[in-house]
Amino acid sequence: MCRVVDLRQAVLAKNDASALELREHLAARGTAEVNLLSSPGSGKTALLERLLERAVEAGIAVAAVTADLATENDARRLARAGAPVKQVLTDGLCHLEAGMLRGHLDGWLPADTRVLFVENVGNLVCPASYDLGESLRIVLVSVTEGEDKPLKYPTAFGLAQLVVITKTDIAAAVEFDAEAFHRNVRRVNPGVPVLATSARTGAGVDDLLARVLDCADGEPVHRPVYESASATRGTAEAP
Amino acid sequence: MHELSIATAVVAQVEEAVRTNGGARVASLRLRIGELAGVVPEALRFSFGLASEGTVLAGARLELDTVPGRARCDGCGREYAVGMPPLLWCDGCARPLAELLSGRELEIAEVALMDASEVARVDSSDARRRDSGEDRGTPRAVSDT
Repeated sequence: MCRVVDLRQAVLAKNDASALELREHLAARGTAEVNLLSSPGSGKTALLERLLERAVEAGIAVAAVTADLATENDARRLARAGAPVKQVLTDGLCHLEAGMLRGHLDGWLPADTRVLFVENVGNLVCPASYDLGESLRIVLVSVTEGEDKPLKYPTAFGLAQLVVITKTDIAAAVEFDAEAFHRNVRRVNPGVPVLATSARTGAGVDDLLARVLDCADGEPVHRPVYESASATRGTAEAP
Repeated sequence: MHELSIATAVVAQVEEAVRTNGGARVASLRLRIGELAGVVPEALRFSFGLASEGTVLAGARLELDTVPGRARCDGCGREYAVGMPPLLWCDGCARPLAELLSGRELEIAEVALMDASEVARVDSSDARRRDSGEDRGTPRAVSDT
């Protein structure tokens, strides 16, 4: 006989449970996690270097985990700022998962860490599906990537709590159309704050750090329309 | 290609369901995939073939139901198909849509399980068809593993 079993299970239930556990664990120890998502080459590492430098100068305890498929180059770059940095090699996996991240944090993350930055694998598709227990999810895009990036990667941009434009020092040279970009962001994620930065000139870096610290102090972050639906029932229950 | 990770998670969860519910093999399973879930059905199908190899799900028929994205505007009360890329802004009211009602599903809806006697029956009829040359090239729901 063939029997049909009604399962109704979220495929990513295990990751979601690990993410929830990590979020509670970090909240209990007073650490805010910031998940940084972008395509390869958008300038995540350069901007993070500047953020770490400013935070260290200001005496704020920060740490960073950087994930790549291969090489420890990013960790070496980030370590120059003087904050604790850990390289995670995913051995070919295109995204980080919450349980994997937790395994790297336990026994390493300094107890006094106020903000933990997680530089996800450079990829705007896969990492968007995985909650990492973050307090703030930032999606970065460089001015060289084109104004229609939010339309091409709606899941990543749709779930962003903050959008950061990078390399704005060369915006004019590449004829970046900021107005069109904002219009496209609004289409998939109306109301999300957008911040313009340049790691080279330092523009917007203090502003970005201030927003991260506000979030660490418990200031509410933007809640995307995208988040109002869940993986199993359609509309999610109100938190 | 996170579809391979997703297929692996599906296989693990269905194996668990087979253990809990009792069953010898999985005949078919149905997943609900929202059009905004960021999953490519063809890539998931390919990955499922790899992830299910050597498990009780090997050869199972994979049914993928696509769930369209729908959202509601609090201003005019209208419900919209959001489309792809999704439009989550109400032009008429010039405000964000209040709520995404569906479209992010990534769910195992149901699983059809065979018990040992059903497996034996399917395998023997498969073997008979093979011996008589009837099933050359025809796909079957269950493979011999």
